[in-house]
Amino acid sequence: MNHEITLTVNGEVYRLTVASHWTLLRVIRERLALTGTKNGCEAGECGACTVLMNHQPVNSCMVLAPEADGAEIITVEGLAEDRRLDPIQEAFIETGAIQCGFCTPGALVTARALLDRNPNPTQAEIREALVGNLCRCTGYLRMVKAIQAAALRAGEANRFEKAAR
Amino acid sequence: MTTPPKKLSIVGTSPRRIEGREKATGAATYVDDLQFGPNLLCGKIKHSPLAHARIVQIDTGKARELPGVRVVITGRDFPGYTGLYLKDRRLFALDRVRYVGDAVAAVAADTEEIAERALDLIDVAYEELPAVFDPELGTHADAPLIHPDLGTYECVPFIWPQAGTNISNWFKLRKGDMGQGWAEADLILEHTYRLPQVQHVPMETHVCAAQQDVRGKITLWSSSQSPFAQRNLVAMALGISHSQIRVITPHVGGGFGSKAGLSIEGACVGLALAARGRPVKLRLSREEEFYCAFTRQALVARVKMGMTREGRLTAMHNTFYWDGGAYTEYGVNITRAAGYSGTGPYYVPNVHVDSYCVYCNHPVTGPMRGFGMAEMHWAIEQHINRMAEQLGLDPVEVRLKNCLKDGDETCSGMKMHPTGLSQCIEKAAAAIGWGQPGAPPSAPHKVRGKGVAAMWKAPAMPPNPGSSAHVHLNEDGTVAVSIGAVDLGQGALTVMAQLAAEGLGVRFEDVHVNLVDTDYSPYEWQTVASRITWSVGNAVLKAAQGAREQILRTAAEAWGEDPGDLDIIDGNVVSYKTEESIPVAKMAVYGMQRPDGTWVGGPIAAEGHFMPDYVTPLDDETGQGERAVVHFTTGAQAVEVEVDTETGQVQVLKLVSAYDVGRAINPDMVRTQIEGGAVQGMSTALLENILFDERGVPQNASFTDYRIATAVDAPCETENIIVEVPQDDGPFGARGIGEHPLVPTAPAIAHAVRNAAGVWLDSLPLTSERIWAALQAQGQA
Repeated sequence: MNHEITLTVNGEVYRLTVASHWTLLRVIRERLALTGTKNGCEAGECGACTVLMNHQPVNSCMVLAPEADGAEIITVEGLAEDRRLDPIQEAFIETGAIQCGFCTPGALVTARALLDRNPNPTQAEIREALVGNLCRCTGYLRMVKAIQAAALRAGEANRFEKAAR
Repeated sequence: MTTPPKKLSIVGTSPRRIEGREKATGAATYVDDLQFGPNLLCGKIKHSPLAHARIVQIDTGKARELPGVRVVITGRDFPGYTGLYLKDRRLFALDRVRYVGDAVAAVAADTEEIAERALDLIDVAYEELPAVFDPELGTHADAPLIHPDLGTYECVPFIWPQAGTNISNWFKLRKGDMGQGWAEADLILEHTYRLPQVQHVPMETHVCAAQQDVRGKITLWSSSQSPFAQRNLVAMALGISHSQIRVITPHVGGGFGSKAGLSIEGACVGLALAARGRPVKLRLSREEEFYCAFTRQALVARVKMGMTREGRLTAMHNTFYWDGGAYTEYGVNITRAAGYSGTGPYYVPNVHVDSYCVYCNHPVTGPMRGFGMAEMHWAIEQHINRMAEQLGLDPVEVRLKNCLKDGDETCSGMKMHPTGLSQCIEKAAAAIGWGQPGAPPSAPHKVRGKGVAAMWKAPAMPPNPGSSAHVHLNEDGTVAVSIGAVDLGQGALTVMAQLAAEGLGVRFEDVHVNLVDTDYSPYEWQTVASRITWSVGNAVLKAAQGAREQILRTAAEAWGEDPGDLDIIDGNVVSYKTEESIPVAKMAVYGMQRPDGTWVGGPIAAEGHFMPDYVTPLDDETGQGERAVVHFTTGAQAVEVEVDTETGQVQVLKLVSAYDVGRAINPDMVRTQIEGGAVQGMSTALLENILFDERGVPQNASFTDYRIATAVDAPCETENIIVEVPQDDGPFGARGIGEHPLVPTAPAIAHAVRNAAGVWLDSLPLTSERIWAALQAQGQA
């Protein structure tokens, strides 16, 4: 059976006809060709396909596309604005938190969601937030440092803005 | 290797990964991201459900009739053998299957759903055969034979299959006088250690796509560490010319060895050959990845050592039974590497090592980060810690006493090159606070302890693996470097850009390194063996120096000067004598005008290649020879753990690594390799094990059941120490570091668990259940 759905992905509205069994991951990758979101297990276990759905991080392989009807989706491609990288993206590059890069999009999206709800996470909170994003290259410590650095930078930027006002 | 005698400005600094922005924005393209359009067919492989069986019949009739199915192929279509070191493998099983997961057929269909239905419609009749699941039992005379034709398989000259047995390689090391060695020892200890099959777990599963063009030429897009080796192995399997195959490798989502050699790519090409020009994509599911691609060999290691009461090693008698799995075309060389490295990084005067590669009805084993060394050191390093404990000696002192030093003879009779192993052991021990009390445990039911282990590893490869590189300049003075090596995340692109920039005299930012396309990239053997910085680095440096010479000659002639008075600094050609200067961008393509108005120079383009020409064969009865390998990277790790005595859970508090990398081209990337590798080592030590039932069926092929370390499991703290004792044949003295960081991790953790909780575990993984059980048994004893 097919379903008519509407998705807002990275600010763009899409009206799509999708089969009942198609996942949000498959729609994002195969219909919208937004291939930054990766397919690592299709079982909700590795986090490579993490996207923000209505501001919450989800494994897009575990969401059926019809369930996402009306949702606002942010993928890794939606983190940067006007080619200006999100501070988390900057920090991942600067800190050496990227190796093969396959888990990176999902980890970045998870980190964005974490900082949105908790701008000053402790190291333990960062590790807890990343627990669903498997990485085989980095050993995670650089990712944790990158997220701490991004949080610090955002905090400084906020203070600067407040002082300027 | 000659090194330009000037102050280095880029080598030794840590510019960020050059493809970082692509990877951080989702723009980096991996094979599964390539767009082939609606014409793309979905490929799927039918796997054997039985560990060992004769194929009686394969009926593909019903599958072929299913609408949307375009291709069905079986072993009958591709009877040729292939393999890297020993040709024991076909693209599909032909007459018998040898493990659960063995490929028996493949389909290509319009959609994934149709392809899956087609697999179900293929009917295979099997006659089950008795299976072998233990490598030691597999060597017995009455064990069922898994490859009755072993004696007829082609193999390279340094592999010794034993016809009429399950032993596909037997490497022997014989040195000194064992009787004397035992006589000199004050303690002789023998013990058996075990280690299970584990999987590499790249986050990107194996994936490839293939298409045949109207001329018959095949293009293979492959997530691979080995585009050129894949071209070679596919050509061999299909009996076609190398020039009829083109392999393109975009970004690769991790490999750790599993994407070396050939796995599913031959099947994909096979499908494409019958797909009438339509592209076919084949991607392993995560479940398939766990047991249908390569796995790491399991090992049974019987270790016997003699030591004086002062802690000097007098003799070692080690027997390694490797579970090579169903096919050992690649795995045979792992067992050879373990053979010629079979004492660990120590001077031992009397040595007897037998390393047996044994066929078992388990998944195909192949190269994994460490290539036999993590497995072998699990036994050797733990044994040394046990002996030191029994003799009341400090295990750090024992290692310092015995570890190989410059000029010592290795177990295979090679003279050890300058090495920083002693420094690594000392620095790792100091950083963990060896011999000093640590902080108290975090709870009354928890205990803490420290452990240590050392390692060595040589690039394991044929004696003559080649690398090559092209360097050319663009009109704007930027530099394009082409190599045949793959960046799997280890940072090869960045390091090659640094070497090219340093060799030429241009800015790092102005160098671009191309991804691999075998039609355009220069030849590379494989991205394995931690050999890329060293081997490809040598080739890139030569090419860059060639381009530099062209530039300097051109400017010298245009200015009427001696090239020796000129230099290239930050992309400008300068004369120290006349203070003339010209940006490379102004002359890189069009050349320069001489005083008389004529032109000199032209497009700057240079090539470089490297192949070691000094590795000698080893005697087939003694394993002795002048130079078994190009060199050894050495190092040590020290850890502190906290063990929860109520649950058996181990938390790694601090993991210190110290490695002699010769010269760190990019120190921060060296540290990221060390840290990531150490955590992978910790993960395999504490968590990982492919579980089989009594019929050889994998039981835990998912991330829920096969746990790998998460961000919560990672050590609280790491310290990653770089030691630099230059390598005479490396670029600026560099040697590899990719694999080494996980080699000593498991024995170091086991040692720390022993010192914390009083229990020795002689097999992996050190799961909380097993530690808890050992604690219970100890309590009852």
